[in-house]
Amino acid sequence: MATSIEVDHVSKLFHKHYQRTLKQTLVARMRGRKIKDTFWALDDVAFDVEQGEAIGLMGLNGSGKSTLLKHVMGVMKPTSGQVRTRGRVSGLIATGAGFHPEMTGRENIYMNAAILGMTKAETDAKFPAMAEFAELDDFMDQPVGNYSSGMSARLGFSVAVHVDCDVFIADEVLAVGDQPFKRKCMKKMEEIRNSGVTLFYVSHAAASVRKMCTRVIVLEKGRIGFDGDVDEGIHYLHYDDDDELDVAEEESVAAELGSEI
Amino acid sequence: MTDQLSPETATASIAVRHDLEHVPLVDPAAKGGLVGVLKRRYLLTLMVKRELRARYIGSKMGLAWSYIDPFSRFLTYFFVFGIILGRGQVPHFAIHLFAGMVVVNLFTTSFNSGTRSIMQNKSIVQKMPLPREIFPISAMLVSLYHTVPQLVILIGACLITGSFTPDLGTLVATPMAFAIVILLGTGMGLMFSAINVMYRDWTRVVQIFTGMLPFTVPMMYPYTLVAQRFKDFPVIEHFYLLNPITSAVLLMQRAFWITTVSPEDAKDAGKEWGFKLDGSFPPHLWERGLIFIGVGIVFLAFAQWVFMRLDDKIPDRLI
Repeated sequence: MATSIEVDHVSKLFHKHYQRTLKQTLVARMRGRKIKDTFWALDDVAFDVEQGEAIGLMGLNGSGKSTLLKHVMGVMKPTSGQVRTRGRVSGLIATGAGFHPEMTGRENIYMNAAILGMTKAETDAKFPAMAEFAELDDFMDQPVGNYSSGMSARLGFSVAVHVDCDVFIADEVLAVGDQPFKRKCMKKMEEIRNSGVTLFYVSHAAASVRKMCTRVIVLEKGRIGFDGDVDEGIHYLHYDDDDELDVAEEESVAAELGSEI
Repeated sequence: MTDQLSPETATASIAVRHDLEHVPLVDPAAKGGLVGVLKRRYLLTLMVKRELRARYIGSKMGLAWSYIDPFSRFLTYFFVFGIILGRGQVPHFAIHLFAGMVVVNLFTTSFNSGTRSIMQNKSIVQKMPLPREIFPISAMLVSLYHTVPQLVILIGACLITGSFTPDLGTLVATPMAFAIVILLGTGMGLMFSAINVMYRDWTRVVQIFTGMLPFTVPMMYPYTLVAQRFKDFPVIEHFYLLNPITSAVLLMQRAFWITTVSPEDAKDAGKEWGFKLDGSFPPHLWERGLIFIGVGIVFLAFAQWVFMRLDDKIPDRLI
């Protein structure tokens, strides 16, 4: 098997307060305050992913998950280090692809498919499947700005899963969908995983990670806190602690997954 | 090898599903650069179509604004310069003015909409990997699309005069004028689309600059008036002629305006603004045109270089 994703000591520096006016900068300087304020969103992150692996990327809010995905997707460039991928990458970053609110669902599908590298013929062929999966019915020819958040997530997910890709990125895809759609997504992602696509899956739901993934990477303030076995990774995050909230959440996810199989 | 990297040709390698040993590990970022954009023509077509629709979305008049806007400016200039200030000074003044406006509009709209293009598409730029040069380039193509009907109107107006005698010069000067304006308009749009992400102030600066530009080129007044005023200060005249857009405007007038002026029209023209049938253009019109095309190519390469240096920071700065 070939290496699918190679993350080679990637660090990403972010600046806070980019958009200060000249006056604010001058005042800050005169008062001797800090003018630049930076933090490392990713700090020396390094790992390799084999083709066909299913990675569950976990971590608390703000630990750098989406930033890492943006690097794998090729949207951002690291401050140092490098990311390499093999084959076509498709997926979603932060629930929903980049949509144009004034354009209809149909136009956005064609646009997104083209950005992800599909030709017109390919998109034409897959359009019925995408439309059916998104279940938008007559909203398909309405501007996306009129959609509910769940509807646009459905549209985005539908395009992303129908791209013939070698690496699939799913960033909290299930956060806004309703139960039936979540079930459908999980099923589709399993299909994708089973067909040999490398899966990169971000989720806070331990049960779905357990079900979907073969390996867990935990990010902590931009560093890799854990990389390895799924159960150990979930334990590392204390997501398997027996407090009531987690149990309730796990049960609901388990129920929704269970009903599918 | 390189062919397999560009997304739209990757289908073949996917057909042998995930047998990827022969596919190299590459940087996932889209292959940028003007070349990268031109390789993804299908995406570019979709972008341009979207831009065409999006520019006037939600407005009742829609696309008509693309014509109402330049037309109202044309009327203003015509009234002030053609009627109040210089009645009878320039034969077929309307054509003199409009021939210049076609290229000046193309330049200013490419520059203005190019500068705003990345900011306007930030929802896509933040989440999808694509060569970001595509936005200023499609902004230029949209402006070019709107120029075509203007060119048709211009030719129609020339024909109405009844004395339009296009020559070889018309055929050569028109593409030269467009080449200058397209190269520079694309370059400016490209460069400032990236700079504008860093400092939004540039939207305003560019607006001021493109608002001033029409007055710095000889279309509301003839070139001969400038030559006359600065007769004793040739440096100023040289400086005036350093503006590449001036050359483009003069080439357009060489192509469409002077070719409509018959000897009778010339006889009736006033002498105050220095009109002469065989002396309405500065010397070396053609050489200047060629030089500015060269300058345009170099400038476009420079703009691409600036863009590349800023490109990696664009997603970090789009808040």
